Parts: sequence; structure tokens; C-alpha cells
Amino acid sequence: MKFLDEYRDAGLAEQLARELHRVTTRPWKIMEVCGGQTHAIVKYGIDELLPKEITLIHGPGCPVCVTPLEMIDKALEIAARPNVIFTSFGDMLRVPGSTTDLLSVKAKGGDVRIVYSPLDAVKLAEQNPAKEIVFFGVGFETTTPATAMAIYQAALKKVGNFSMLISHVLVPPAIEALMSSPNCRVQGFLAAGHVCTVMGFEEYFLLVKKYRVPIVVTGFEPLDILQGVLMTVQQLESGRAEVENQYARAVRREGNQPAQELIKKIFKVVPRKWRGIGEIPQSGLGLNDEYAAFDAEKKFGVAESHVEESSECLSGLVLQGQIKPHECPAFGVKCTPERPLGAPMVSGEGACAAYYRYRRQPDAVAAK
Amino acid sequence: MCLAIPGKIESVTGDDPLSRMGKINFGGILKEACLAYVPEAKVGDYVIVHVGFALSRVDEDEAQKVFEYLKQIEELGELEEAGP
Repeated sequence: MKFLDEYRDAGLAEQLARELHRVTTRPWKIMEVCGGQTHAIVKYGIDELLPKEITLIHGPGCPVCVTPLEMIDKALEIAARPNVIFTSFGDMLRVPGSTTDLLSVKAKGGDVRIVYSPLDAVKLAEQNPAKEIVFFGVGFETTTPATAMAIYQAALKKVGNFSMLISHVLVPPAIEALMSSPNCRVQGFLAAGHVCTVMGFEEYFLLVKKYRVPIVVTGFEPLDILQGVLMTVQQLESGRAEVENQYARAVRREGNQPAQELIKKIFKVVPRKWRGIGEIPQSGLGLNDEYAAFDAEKKFGVAESHVEESSECLSGLVLQGQIKPHECPAFGVKCTPERPLGAPMVSGEGACAAYYRYRRQPDAVAAK
Repeated sequence: MCLAIPGKIESVTGDDPLSRMGKINFGGILKEACLAYVPEAKVGDYVIVHVGFALSRVDEDEAQKVFEYLKQIEELGELEEAGP
């Protein structure tokens, strides 16, 4: 496919890797924020092409992974109700709540359906006026234009039996939380390209100034990631800290203005708890008061619960880049995609799932 | 979840800017996507699509830059190998 295949050329990837070897003189720790990039790195073995001085630290950019346990429990409670059709992106279905998951609710007779787009859920609501259709609105800034449009159209068409359980999260506050942590080892960031197609990269100039770290907006194919790392290392080696855009074929500095306008109309910035990390101020989106009728939490009056994470799951440390997935004692033993202890083992963007799928060393697992 | 894929716009339906839809060709597979956020995109353009929404039009000139850069460093490398 055009704009994909040519960015996966092995010969050109090696050429970029050679250039990286040439310019790297010291150890550098660089975080790729987005879980989609983590998967590409592990799948294509990009980390193995890098000079040994460069360590890639996997970041918290997996919306499925950071959706708080309390929110998963709310989804499970709503999905089990008799008159509800609960709709979601596929990768939420196997995320463990405190006692069960959506797939098990479905197996017990709950009407849980996977949709491709939030607009499909609105359509379902129009086709089933006697049912309550709920969409699980999870995701970073990349996904908010889609959920904002679903709410906007539902309001416009007065689709009263549609609502959304919202757990949207924002990238820049998460970078800020990581950088201000005393344990932070990150010296440069690859910013998530698709988040920036929507939001642009204006927000990063402040972060670069405040923390003196290079931030390079980066795409998702092997050549993109290698070039993003190269641009970051060139900055680090020459003592610069700037915002640069590797993914200029898709990202403009100002982002997507019509999308930002609709997001602002539908949502407001709220504090949000991140699973495994804790509450980050001003790091999430909730519905503006004008659209409160579409808030599933209010509509179904689900109670706030206080639940404890399994102490065996170290996903919080994985999500903050403090350990690699295979360094968790439960990895591949007590925690597998079939029996996950935490969300990063089942999400398509979870670091644990990436390592399990592409990097499992049977001997290491057997030795545990 | 931030997976987004480039595809080519084959046709456009609807005049209302907020409900403009397009048929997008992803390497032979056709899928519908909402074009409300890419008002400038037209038939033949490539757009980056995420959960049924086109988020950005692909800039074909920018898309070539990495290949031009690689060509440059290759030529530089050859010059260095040739020596003074």
C-alpha cells in the first residue's frame, strides 16, 4: 500500500541505523510515548538495529491500558443490564475489571458488540429505539474527533437512547507528569504522530522549554521511527532541545482545526485517573454541561467504587517506563493473553502484549 | 488504538460539511469514512483514517523527504569513502 510499504524498506532502515551508529557517542534514553510505536519497534526489531548506547523506554500511550479499573467496572455493570446494547472498540473486551471482563459479560447473555466507529453506535441507537445504546469512549486525542462527532450527531438528530461512557485521556499532561517525577530517566521523546494529526504540536514548545528535552513528532512505520530516533539523538548530541516534526506528511503544526473546534464544543478538560499511574490533573476529557444528557455515568447512575489492583501486576511500572514487560515476575507465567492480570497484556498497544507476541523467550519463562 | 491508515479517496458523497462521507481505498479494500475534518480533501487525495474518520490529508511532497535525505547521506558517504 502506498505510504506504508515504502516506509518498511529493510535496506533503507539499515541505512538510517548506520547513520545512527555514526552520530551516537554517548548513552541516551528515549521514550516512545505511543503504544502503537512500541508494537512496531518490537515487531520489526527496531530496537535491535540501534546502537547499544540508545535505550528505548516504552511510554504510557495505550488508552486501553490506562483506563482506570473503576471505569472498567462501570462498563461491566452497565453492559450487564437487560435493556442495554453496550458497544466498544474490540480491544476493550478482554481487559480485566476487578472481577470479570466484557467478554464474560457477553458470554453470560449481556448484549456487548464491537463497532468499528462510534458513528456505528449512533446508527444502532436509531435502529433500536426501544434499547439503550452505550458506547465506551476510550482513547487519546486521535479518537476524540470521532467520539465528539458521534455526540454531536446524536444531539442534532435527538437520538435520546444513545449515551457514552467516557474515559478520554490527553498526552501532554502525561508527558508533564513523567518529566516532573523524580524517577524520570527520559532524555528525549518521540511524540505520538497520530495524536498530533489532530492536536498539532504547539503544546510541546512549552514542555521543551520547561524540561529541556527534545520532542520529535514521529510516525509509525519502521523508517519513521528510526528517523525520529535519529533526529532526537542529533539534538541530544549537539545539546539542543527543540520540537521537530518527523511525520510532516500527516502532521501540521496547528493540527486539525475543524476537529479541535468540535472537540472543544463537546468536551471539557477534567482530572483523570490513569490505571497503574494515579490521578493526573487536567489529563482527561469529559462532556460539556450542554451534552450531559449523553453521559452514561449520569444516565445509569453507576456508583463510584474503590477497588484495589492485583498486587502481582506491575503494569504501572511498565506504563511509566520503569521496567520492561519481561522484567515482571508474572510475565508469561501468571500473566498471559489468555489469563491477563493487567490490561497491557491484552491491548493491541500494550507493551506486555508486544513482548509476549514477538519477544517471548521460552527458556526465560520456564526458568521463572 | 491510535492506529490510523492511509487510503485513497475514490468518491465523495454529501454536501453538508459535517456529514461529508467518502469511499476510501486501502490497497484494494473499500471502506466508508467521514470527511468532515478534511474539508480540503478531494477525490484522488490520500487521507489518514482512524475509526472511520479522515484526520489528515497526506502531503505527497513531505512524504518524499525521508527518501531524499537518505539519498543525500548515501552520496555523502560515497564521497567520504572516495577520500580527499
